[in-house]
Amino acid sequence: MESILFWVFSIAAIGGALGMVGTLRNTVYSALWLVVSMLALACLFIMLNAQFVGLIQIMVYAGAIVVLFLFVVMLLNLTGGVMGAEEQPLLKFVGVALAVAVSLQLGSILLRIELPWPEVSPEYGTTAEIGRALYTDYLLPFEVAGVLLLAAIVAALAMAKRERG
Amino acid sequence: MSEYAGLGLFMALGAGTILLLLVLTSVLGPRLRFAEKDEPFECGESPLVSPYRRFPVKFYMVAISFIIFDLEVVFLYPWAVVFRDLGWYGLLVAAPFLSMLSIALAYEWMKGALEWD
Repeated sequence: MESILFWVFSIAAIGGALGMVGTLRNTVYSALWLVVSMLALACLFIMLNAQFVGLIQIMVYAGAIVVLFLFVVMLLNLTGGVMGAEEQPLLKFVGVALAVAVSLQLGSILLRIELPWPEVSPEYGTTAEIGRALYTDYLLPFEVAGVLLLAAIVAALAMAKRERG
Repeated sequence: MSEYAGLGLFMALGAGTILLLLVLTSVLGPRLRFAEKDEPFECGESPLVSPYRRFPVKFYMVAISFIIFDLEVVFLYPWAVVFRDLGWYGLLVAAPFLSMLSIALAYEWMKGALEWD
């Protein structure tokens, strides 16, 4: 059962990614395909017993990030086609080079996996466990994240509200 | 995995209902096509312009604020789950984080980023 679900969600994730690239003519469709891929990834995370990461994947990526993408698409009205990719061969080259680099990295990680997997407690990866780790061992990164979010707000305001002084 | 059986059943029933309705309408429904029927329905009005238009750029600030405060909430879910275990310590360590984000909200408010115009 689990392996069937794994295949279903994996194919959905890859299919969503392919759909995203395939519908670049209409960027709104592209962004919606990205949601399909993100939701399938979230299901995979939940299957790996990482419920928190799975739900964050839905809330932040499928929710907030794709909404931002859609906003940008609609603000710029990018429905006319792929912006500039045809006229700029350098962009294509950079894209292919990045894809190759990422594939090589993923491949090297796959080759270095040591089986069997290390034993973990059944609690591992639950929201409570993440909370306990975040608020004790990783307290400083957590507070720094707060500073980072504050800086992001200030930067966004500085850019968006420039004319008001 | 078995604890998700209910969720799976729920989603299967939802998808099944939609599929059933689609199949039933395509099998049983009459097929009458005319030009007016192919137009998008907008409260009985004929559509004047393409729906693909530029959105007001004011939405941008809303979207950015949404993302940042959404990320803040992400950090608060695990906090809420272990809040009782952590006790006063939990409140103490979350206070700087929450106050920084409150400063961000206050700053945004002062700058008028929450106003529409």
